[in-house]
Amino acid sequence: MLTKRIIACLDVDDGRVVKGVKFTQLRDAGDPAELAKAHSVSGADEIVLLDISAAHQQRTTLLDTVRRTAKELFIPFTVGGGIRTLADADAVFASGTDKISINSAALANPALITEIAERFGSQAVVVAIDAKRHDGSWQAFTHGGRVSSNRDAFEWALDAESRGAGEILLTSMDRDGTAAGFDCELTRGVADRLNIPVIASGGAGGAAHFAEVFEKGHADAALAASIFHYGLSSLGDLKQYLNNNGIAVRWPC
Amino acid sequence: MIAIVDYGAGNLVSVKKAFDWLGQECSITADPAEVERSSKIVLPGVGHFASTSSLARSGLQEEVTKAINRNVPFLGICVGMQWMFSGSEEAPETPGLGLFPGNCTRFPQTVKSPHVGWNQLEVASTSRLFRGLTPRPFVYFTHSYFAPVNGTTVACCEYAGRFSAAVEHELLFGVQFHPEKSGETGLRLLANFCAI
Repeated sequence: MLTKRIIACLDVDDGRVVKGVKFTQLRDAGDPAELAKAHSVSGADEIVLLDISAAHQQRTTLLDTVRRTAKELFIPFTVGGGIRTLADADAVFASGTDKISINSAALANPALITEIAERFGSQAVVVAIDAKRHDGSWQAFTHGGRVSSNRDAFEWALDAESRGAGEILLTSMDRDGTAAGFDCELTRGVADRLNIPVIASGGAGGAAHFAEVFEKGHADAALAASIFHYGLSSLGDLKQYLNNNGIAVRWPC
Repeated sequence: MIAIVDYGAGNLVSVKKAFDWLGQECSITADPAEVERSSKIVLPGVGHFASTSSLARSGLQEEVTKAINRNVPFLGICVGMQWMFSGSEEAPETPGLGLFPGNCTRFPQTVKSPHVGWNQLEVASTSRLFRGLTPRPFVYFTHSYFAPVNGTTVACCEYAGRFSAAVEHELLFGVQFHPEKSGETGLRLLANFCAI
């Protein structure tokens, strides 16, 4: 049976892992390569590294950090932040990543999705959508959540799929960093419309939130950052809990 | 030296990284002469089955076939494994090597496609590739087409029905999943291949 994936996310700024509350107030949480390896050992199914400084400082992802992190990581590894062209993506893949995640650049130039998918395969292209609730629907935001694209998140997700995205990384900006639980309504809205996997993100505060987003939100995977970094919930305990609650996960690994 | 055959389909860095970590000498190559000199051949592959057509044009297919006939151990990964079958409905005009009988087909509309993530295998105890591993290991998949179960299947997986997750015949090996992305299990499997 295909299992639900638990993805550990490293938000990286200037070569260090940080975590913000609602996209701001950053706290230092350590070295990306060390944390990625530690998460992999304790049961993470994938690692996502997001260079959160990239989009607004207009610079490309720190390839050196990526190379160092990829070196001893043997589970799927996704890198996002600052990838604007096929050449940017190429450089990130050459540094040892398996998938790239694009957000602002895909909204500005949706053809980029197809371009990267044709060269590296759809399985290597994750389109990240930062969604914010607005008048009963959700809008997609860019530039680390500071700029509205004026596009409906559901409509954009479908468009991204048709252009060759392999997965959607869906972040609820309203829940991000709050530990109040994933936005199951948003997640389900996207997951039920699409035929590609949807990764829920934003709001994880405890094991029950993961169970909820898999059962009620129909997510294929769920991503969290701070709860793993600060040891508030160990990955092993989380997977044990999901297992005990009838949700198929890779456990024991 | 292990030749990791590069035919322009996707990213082979992860595969090389895994062999590097195992301390195996390996090289990503598109040069038929280097394939001829190698002691083992790995044919990875992500993306479209049609991309394997470049193997015939570049002379790589001919060298791979000769090496297989000389009993050089061969491992096909993902599309590389599908290429070992007769063909795939993804690209009916592109024939496979036909080392294993049957055609690769697409997952039905009733399930999400591609099949992405960690799924559990049922492994035959006779498998050399899975030697020393648990009989029900989890491995990482990402694919939309799959090979049928046949007499050479050594690991089955369930996704809208049963499909071949691994095949083995003498010195020919194929895996639909990505051992280079399947944690300890995958590294162990690659080490088993290296030891053959």
